[in-house]
Amino acid sequence: MAVKAKAKTKTAPAPQTAPPVSTHPISSDLEVRIRKRFPSPEGTFNLNVSFRALAGFTILFGASGAGKSTLLDCIAGLSDPDEGRIVVGGEDLYDSEKKRDVAAWKRRIGYVQQDLALFPHLTAEENVAYGLRTLSATERTSRSREILARFRLDRLRDRRPAQISGGERQRVALARALVTEPRALLLDEPLAALDRPTKSSLVADLRKWNQNHRIPILFVTHNGEEVFALGDEVIILDAGRIVAQGQPHQVMRAPRLETVAHLSGFENIFDATVVALHEDRGTMTCQLGKDAVELETPLVRAEIGSRLRVGVRAGDLLLATEKPRGLSARNVLPGTIQRLEQRDVIIAAMVDCGGTEFEVHLTLAARDALQLAPGKSVWVVAKTHSCHLMGM
Amino acid sequence: MNWEAFWLTVRLAAIVSTLLIAVGIPIAYWLTYSRWRWKFLVEAAVALPIVLPPTVLGFYVLVALGSRSPLGRWWESLTGHTLAFTFEGLVIGSLLYSLPFAVQPFAASFGAVDANLLRASASLGHSPLQTFRRIVLPLSKAGLVTGFALSFAHTLGEFGVVLMVGGNIPGVTRTISIDIYDQVQTANYSSANQTALVLLIISFVALSIVYGLNRRPWAVGPWR
Repeated sequence: MAVKAKAKTKTAPAPQTAPPVSTHPISSDLEVRIRKRFPSPEGTFNLNVSFRALAGFTILFGASGAGKSTLLDCIAGLSDPDEGRIVVGGEDLYDSEKKRDVAAWKRRIGYVQQDLALFPHLTAEENVAYGLRTLSATERTSRSREILARFRLDRLRDRRPAQISGGERQRVALARALVTEPRALLLDEPLAALDRPTKSSLVADLRKWNQNHRIPILFVTHNGEEVFALGDEVIILDAGRIVAQGQPHQVMRAPRLETVAHLSGFENIFDATVVALHEDRGTMTCQLGKDAVELETPLVRAEIGSRLRVGVRAGDLLLATEKPRGLSARNVLPGTIQRLEQRDVIIAAMVDCGGTEFEVHLTLAARDALQLAPGKSVWVVAKTHSCHLMGM
Repeated sequence: MNWEAFWLTVRLAAIVSTLLIAVGIPIAYWLTYSRWRWKFLVEAAVALPIVLPPTVLGFYVLVALGSRSPLGRWWESLTGHTLAFTFEGLVIGSLLYSLPFAVQPFAASFGAVDANLLRASASLGHSPLQTFRRIVLPLSKAGLVTGFALSFAHTLGEFGVVLMVGGNIPGVTRTISIDIYDQVQTANYSSANQTALVLLIISFVALSIVYGLNRRPWAVGPWR
């Protein structure tokens, strides 16, 4: 894996002005092995995880209540595990055996909380400079102005958090954490409240920063699309335990992991190749796998022949027993029902369309009305915009 | 209007409420952040002057300041006179008497600061004390002013403690509420009325400051 190989190499040191804060090795990794039990509304919650995060993005993915935030709190030192060990860049931050527990404020771990927690009485610049306590005033100013410029916040320097937009607040919070040159960065759903363009530009900024500061970034989300967009490594957390870890497409497609499919929200995820672009219509045609099945999807910046991934929610697909006519949906694929599975009040129909299997969710009533049974010929219908494109 | 008594009272109230800022902030800090299981006992003790009859409080303070107590003896060896029936004794009695009026607003405003801000400050390398100074105190300005104004107004109008601890020595311990009592005793109603009105107006102004400041939760603080 390219990412892991890179993590080991040390990149060039920070600018000449490097103050005492940046004397630590810029490349570091994070090792976590902790247990923590605490009461929750559904009885005792058991957090029991063990993983290693290398420089670059590691996505922590799980439903709300899976223990993601508690895990981050333990790493940041804001919550105490019952036992275990947390090591960053070779230094023990927590070790229950050695009775070692470095105070949160001495850990040098950047943490952007979900609510950002910008200081309301300080300006954007003062917020950013806050973590540079040990530097001289001039050094503090020059460093915070530099990062404000990098995050395109120079204009807002003198504004307070209440006077700037949500996306700008997000940038200030990120800049505030990054300017301290932390040894690891924890991001708790930093994109949750943002619209799509703001999200992607923020992620691009963060990636650029991460190229020169090879530290592990733990990125919490419960949004499956973000997992694919950010790539790298993903750790799937369910009820306090790691149920899968690896590259997004391996992990999220792992069929035996029902939780994964459920959490990702995309029951159907296919490798695809772009075969035609229809710029006039704002769509493109993708071929699924090696088979001849083609899907029309929204147009994205891609070239013919480029490989990407298409995700379709089973609930967004329709089944018809006769070839539909006069339909706005652009994808109508003939297929055969392989099997029907009842899950509570929905029916999951597995339909083979020329070698590609689709999962379609139906109601019990629909199954009965259409007299669906294995072996029956059907048409799978998908709107263009139900086909979500994800990067490789 | 007895101006001597008036200025003595204002001086007493100003000294007491200023000292209470210095004394009250550490107590309120401890009350806000301590996780000691018996903390509630300290909370009850601090709140005691609210419900205790001023004469009871005054009595104990008098005993504690007198020449039979260690504190009284120590003071006597230091200065050559006892604390009882002096202005300094009055300051000590008033400090205790007005303590909850400062500590409670302080603690309430410290506790109202969003815990996530404290967490953020810690992750940015600030110790709890640094965080308190740079985040909690500035965000608690309204509570600090409230505590100051309440303890000022409360000290201004005290009677029972003053009488017990200070007696009624003109220019030393005779405050305006005692002066009003004296004037009524001697049937000097118009002078009592004047003094009472001044006290009423000052108290109203002090409370107006308190309620004006706490009128609404400021999103970014009143200094916006």
